[in-house]
Amino acid sequence: MEQLFSLLDSTIRVATPLVLAALAGMFSERSGVVDIGLEGKMLVAAFAAAAAAFVTHSPWLGLLAGIMASVSLAMVHAFVSVTYNGNQLISGMAINTIASGITPVLGLAWFQQGGNTPQLDDDSRFHDISLPFADALSNVPVIGHLYSKLLSGHSILVYLTVLIIPVVSWVVYRSRFGLRLRAVGENPHAADTAGVSVARVRYIALFWGGVLCGVAGTFLSVYQTGSFIKEMTAGKGFLALAALIFGKWRPLPAVLGCLLFAFADALQIRLEGVDLPIVGQIPSQAIQVIPYVLTVLLLAGFVGRAVAPKAIGVPFVKSR
Amino acid sequence: MKFGQPSTLPRWAQLTVLPALNLLAALLVTGFVTWMIGEDPWECLQLLVSGAFGSGEGIGYTLFYTTGFIFTGLAVATAFHAGLFNIGGEGQAYLAGLGVTLVVLAFDHTLPPLVLVPLCILAAMGFGAAWAFIPGWLQARRGSHIVVTTIMFNFIAYSLMLYLIGHHLIEAGSQNPTTREFGQAAWIPAIHQVAAGMGISLPSTPLNLTFVMALLACGLFYLLVWHSRWGFQLRTVGVNESAARYAGISVSKTIILAMCVSGALSGFAAVNELLGSTHRMNVSFTNGVGFVGIAVALMGRNHPVGIILSALLFGGLTQGGLELSFEKPVITREMIIFIQGLIILFCGALENLFEPFIAGLFKRKEDK
Repeated sequence: MEQLFSLLDSTIRVATPLVLAALAGMFSERSGVVDIGLEGKMLVAAFAAAAAAFVTHSPWLGLLAGIMASVSLAMVHAFVSVTYNGNQLISGMAINTIASGITPVLGLAWFQQGGNTPQLDDDSRFHDISLPFADALSNVPVIGHLYSKLLSGHSILVYLTVLIIPVVSWVVYRSRFGLRLRAVGENPHAADTAGVSVARVRYIALFWGGVLCGVAGTFLSVYQTGSFIKEMTAGKGFLALAALIFGKWRPLPAVLGCLLFAFADALQIRLEGVDLPIVGQIPSQAIQVIPYVLTVLLLAGFVGRAVAPKAIGVPFVKSR
Repeated sequence: MKFGQPSTLPRWAQLTVLPALNLLAALLVTGFVTWMIGEDPWECLQLLVSGAFGSGEGIGYTLFYTTGFIFTGLAVATAFHAGLFNIGGEGQAYLAGLGVTLVVLAFDHTLPPLVLVPLCILAAMGFGAAWAFIPGWLQARRGSHIVVTTIMFNFIAYSLMLYLIGHHLIEAGSQNPTTREFGQAAWIPAIHQVAAGMGISLPSTPLNLTFVMALLACGLFYLLVWHSRWGFQLRTVGVNESAARYAGISVSKTIILAMCVSGALSGFAAVNELLGSTHRMNVSFTNGVGFVGIAVALMGRNHPVGIILSALLFGGLTQGGLELSFEKPVITREMIIFIQGLIILFCGALENLFEPFIAGLFKRKEDK
């Protein structure tokens, strides 16, 4: 029981940045703009947030800096994809490369610690929060355990993410903006004829994507590790992209995809060096590779069919 | 592959002026960042250039890096001509390294160099092509997007190699995840050794005969893409798939074959690194060579001459950047990755950004 709780607990921790990045990708891709730059946006956000939190001693200013850094890269991507009609894939690739180059350069120049930022002290980090009565209820069987061990004791960013999920879902499916977003991603010409500004919708979608990636990056550096470490996103952006595809570009299934990948990751750490019956030791790489293999199989239509928004990756040129 | 906004400039200006301006823009941003971290951009540029081209040794290293970049640049360009964006060069080079290693570890004490080295090259090409074949096949037959699949394949390749090196190929008793040293029979002769044989003395660098293969590959690439039936099919598919299908070209066959050729070319980067320089495989031997290939192909506009020049630029940046990081500890090799990203942005995503400005100049000249 203890084991299971701690497994689920780390699943939530690992899943949080994935969920945020996957939702960021969903905004962008639902509007018809491919976003393979999630990784880069998270990375600059992680760096900017850690640097700002270290200098200002405030995690909240760190969060703000993280969001600003991520949004500025998102706007570069928006300029290339929407205003300039450039190649979105190449732009995303450029964003990832720029991010993994600039963060250690600035980190070394500003903090002289081999490209990382100094460890944040307690005041400048996000902390675990105990939900009300968590201590009092911790001895109540099952429900008390569930509440105090699993639901309580996470960072404010985790609870924020939990709130964001239904909000995003509502925005995409129920709001006016969501309707336009989906219309622009499926058939920009029709949306344009109906008087929707394709460019405006795409800019807004990329902006919110940038905000979400900013929170995701901040989570990694200002909460999880307490400092920026070179290349600390380590493929999480692509994992989020995989989860997004896995969820067929829909918010809730994408979140489930993130939870699944995070669970596999949490499980893998516990299985390290453990002899299982019949199969023996499972190499950690075999589990790490699962999300990527699943995504490939899904894209190939071997497990269901992943149907991307129709206008994805195609620059919109207004018909005259 | 369709790019940004169309250009109305004459072809020569499109191929020279625009890339030059894009490069300049990338360097200006880099200069700004250099200034921001408290260094003199001009001095750094001088150190970089002299580090890359200022000595025989520097040039040797520059050309060694150039060799790998030419191959991955050609690889990306081959796919580009068919309208495919192959991000998987890194994984393909990685797997090619596995092919090389397996052949070497099995035969380096039994086969003579003249048999072993070609066998290794074939293995590199085969493994690279096989790793590119799957995304190609999936794109052509199952409609899955090549970009996402190749990204996923890079990660799969990385996990696979981590496992293989860590559990099976690691040198017995070693703590580092590397294989044992390859037998001498599998070493591709360095250029300075060849030159010494002819009585010319050159400084000792890892530059090896793979460089000659790279130049040959550029020539072959030119003939194949612009003067062969297959090249015509390749470019037709790249420009307009439905037109190609209507003309009776098998689009899926062309796509799959283009990816295989692309993967095989990436494989040579592993040959250059493993047989030409390190003589053993470790977990990080590719070191981003596949990604640099993307920047090289974009900047070289998918033409072999452009690719040689931009590979030389990136080779120089790599070598000069290393020298620069010795002189200026605050500037690390990541600065080169940053420049690479800027070049991808300006030469790839924003390739015709300065076009309206230049087109204005051309127009004025015509009016006179």
